[in-house]
Amino acid sequence: MRPTDRQVDEIIGALLRYGVLLAAAVVGAGGIWYLIQYGTTPPDYRVFRGEPEYLRHLRGIVTGIRGFHCRRMIQLGLVLLIATPVARVVFSVVVFILQRDRAYVAITLVVLTVLLFSLSGGSR
Amino acid sequence: MNILEITALLGLVSVAAGFLGALTGLGGGVVITPAMVLLLGIDLHYAMGAALISVIATSSGAAAAYVREGFSNIRIGMFLEIATTVGAVCGAYAAAKISPSILGVLFGIVLLHAAWISARPHPAPRPGETGDPLASHLRLNGSFPTPDGPRDYRVSHVKTGFSLMFVAGAVSGLLGIGSGALKVVAMDRFMRIPFKVSTTTSNFMIGVTAAASAGVYLNRGYIDPGLTMPVVLGMLGGSVLGARILPGAHTMTLRRVFAVVVFVLAVEMIYSAVTGRL
Repeated sequence: MRPTDRQVDEIIGALLRYGVLLAAAVVGAGGIWYLIQYGTTPPDYRVFRGEPEYLRHLRGIVTGIRGFHCRRMIQLGLVLLIATPVARVVFSVVVFILQRDRAYVAITLVVLTVLLFSLSGGSR
Repeated sequence: MNILEITALLGLVSVAAGFLGALTGLGGGVVITPAMVLLLGIDLHYAMGAALISVIATSSGAAAAYVREGFSNIRIGMFLEIATTVGAVCGAYAAAKISPSILGVLFGIVLLHAAWISARPHPAPRPGETGDPLASHLRLNGSFPTPDGPRDYRVSHVKTGFSLMFVAGAVSGLLGIGSGALKVVAMDRFMRIPFKVSTTTSNFMIGVTAAASAGVYLNRGYIDPGLTMPVVLGMLGGSVLGARILPGAHTMTLRRVFAVVVFVLAVEMIYSAVTGRL
């Protein structure tokens, strides 16, 4: 099966739309939870301290040992948002393989490698 | 001020930024960071993290619509994303090494550029170019829908465009913005791609470029969930609203208003950076 460019456009459009909607729903739900729990406490955004370790890595956000809570839920939604364009690139690799377009399989794999390098923590 | 109040305030500012960004076609990423830093006293790194994530949301949302309309050129986007993602990762690493004052001045310069771009009308379409052999080789030439049926175009100066995209990616990673204005300049002015194709393809690329920096930002602890939540949701809501109103809006007047706002933010940003307040 060789998908036409038109079909590819339709699927990419749907992928981006539903990815953003899902992420926004998770962020919104986590946000309500966060406001109920911490709404009346003073914020601490003026001085940069950096986030705790478990909110900085995919593994910590998805399967931490400290139990599920609101800040982690929002962070999970934000990771889903970051994953949306990455999923689009993964889908493009598959499409170019099906279209037997070797040059673009290679180009897309380079982009995917850069993304995975960055998301996995790079050279830290 | 407690968390509830600052969240509501951030949400409102973000709705306004997303709304204006969608109406003027410049995206709200470039105004939300200075607004957070200058008006609400938020740390520059946290503000950059929140803005970068919001840019992924608004650009992916808009790209979903444009891709289906058939304006975006996915091959051009994919090919140039090599340059923008590598640039973005380099920029994001550099952001941690550069002092906030220098970042602030750079930010001010980018804002001045955005103000200048939005004050000018769209350039008139140019007569067809001969194109670059490399563009044919990479199958970058394409067509886009017009009322009179599809119109073909050819792509020029592929190497220059590719190099400029590295710079656009680096600026994006360094400052936590989409740098859509720079991407459009590279495609429209240098690669001679039709304006509508340039803007929609730039939008399509912004999500992937920002995702490349976002990994680094996340690992460095720039992304605070409580702060980012109202900014992402506000910008997304504002941009959806802006896109709905767009067909009937007086965009030239709006663009001039936006240009003035951005200019004031630019001056403030540079002033705060130089006086060491960032």
